[in-house]
Parts: sequence; C-alpha cells; structure tokens
Amino acid sequence: MIDLDTTDRDILRALSRDASQSASALGRRFGLSQPATWRRIRRLEEAGVIRGRRLRLDAEKLGFGVTVFLGIKLATKGRVSLEDFERAVSAIPEVQTVEHVLGLYDYRLRVVARDLPDFERVLRRRIMTLPGAGEVEANVLLSEERLAGPI
Amino acid sequence: MLDDMDRRLLRYWQADPSLTPGELADHCNMTPGKAARRIARMQEDGVLQGVSAVIDWAALGYTVEVSLRITLDKTQSSAFDDFLTQARTVPEVTEIQTFLGRVDVRLNVIARDMTHYQQVYRAGILTLPHIADIEALMQVARIKAQEALPL
Repeated sequence: MIDLDTTDRDILRALSRDASQSASALGRRFGLSQPATWRRIRRLEEAGVIRGRRLRLDAEKLGFGVTVFLGIKLATKGRVSLEDFERAVSAIPEVQTVEHVLGLYDYRLRVVARDLPDFERVLRRRIMTLPGAGEVEANVLLSEERLAGPI
Repeated sequence: MLDDMDRRLLRYWQADPSLTPGELADHCNMTPGKAARRIARMQEDGVLQGVSAVIDWAALGYTVEVSLRITLDKTQSSAFDDFLTQARTVPEVTEIQTFLGRVDVRLNVIARDMTHYQQVYRAGILTLPHIADIEALMQVARIKAQEALPL
C-alpha cells in the first residue's frame, strides 16, 4: 500500500475538487516545482489512488430532473446467474451505478430519468424485467453532497 | 440551450474524462477552437461544473465501504439540519444524500477494516442526533461506477 505525505494529501484533495488544474499551478500552490508535482500525481495514478476522472455535470440542466436510488432483491437466489443480472443491469443507459451489496438488498442502483413518468417507464420496462429481479425499493434523491473523506 | 454538437462533446468526454481538449475536439471532428468555445459556454451556463479526480479508497487501505440508510425522528423540526451538520464532521463519511421515500438520509462510510468500521460506527455514527433507524448495506463489489448521464 502506498504511503502519502502531507503534500501528497494536499495534491489529492485539490485534484478531487478540480482535476483540470495543471501540475505547475498545483506546484506553485504547494511550493513544488512543476516536474516534482507531476511526478507525485503520476505516482498517485500508478498506485491506483486516483482511479480516474469524473465529469461533474448538472443533471437537471441537461434534462435529467430525477435521480433515484434503488435497492433490488433477487427473487430466486441460487437459480439466477449474478453475472447475467449484472450484465443486463449495467447495459441500461439510465443506470449510472451498480453495486453488489450485502444486507437488506442484493444490489444498489443509481438511476437517472427525465421526470417521474420517465422513471416509471425505466423501472417497469427495463428494471422489473431484469432476469431475477425481485423486490425493489425506490428513494428519490433530494440533495447530495460529496465530502473530501479521510485524506 | 445545448445542441447535438454539445451533447456529442459531453458524451465523448464523459466516456473518457482524461481526454485533453485537443483530443476531444479530434474525436468530435471539431477544430480545437470551436470545441474550446463550446466547453467554455457550457461552463458559464453551469451545465459543466468541472472535472474531479476519483479516489480509490481501497488503494489507500480503506477496504470497507458501507451504505447506511437512515430514518430520522421527524418529530424534531430541526432533525435534518442537526443530523447533517454533525454528519459532515465525521471524516469517514464520503457522501451524504437526502431522499423522498422510506429512507431519509444515506451516508456512504469507508473504513480500513471491520474493527475500524465498528469504531467509526459506534463513536461517529450512532452518536449523530435524531436517528430513528439505521440499516446497513455493505459493498461487496462495484459493478458499474462511471456515473455517466445517458446524453
């Protein structure tokens, strides 16, 4: 596992807020040369600490007014193939994230839709018809914040 | 408003957020100047809020990830505000969402291992105000994680 010093943590925190900053801009902020900053970023990427980059888009302004978190229970455990379910659910464009979980539900989904009728369509035609899908619980997202975490 | 070219830009960029503006313009058969102007306009309009580095907490030793679904005691008028204010101060909480549904709030909590999780849960979570009920979903695997919008 990779060890991070204070400067690495500063860089990581800055990039998770805004990954478009150049190595030289970050370096100036944290008192490093451009190459030294670049090497540190590279190291974070190579160690897999930076998994990738994500575009932050305003879903509502792009016409996706509804985000719903779904909990799904598989109906017939043991008889359906998890791989089949996972492949089918991941292929639905409106499904943004899929997590296999332990607890009250088997899968946790994040789904976007234009509005509630559109969500109902996605739910009925695409999600309820998935191989093995059983009980579904839906919670409509009202607000969301992402925090820096224990860096 | 957005046109097809804007959507195309966002689609390509979402699929690979590490693309440079030049590469992005190439993919969309646009001149770099044209692409840059469209990107600038979408930023001004707030459609495009930015690019963030995504941290893989497992690579930093946080191998446990739990989704806590919380119901609050809504007889207290300040329940949401009190709860959210204090939840933000727990370093291991990486996301907070509020919902319309059976669940009021979801906290995404990370921990180094189950012993650490138990500490966080007892000292940081159970002490949060106005909790009526908590359910935990422990993440087994991340199947789809891009969080892209179906543009």
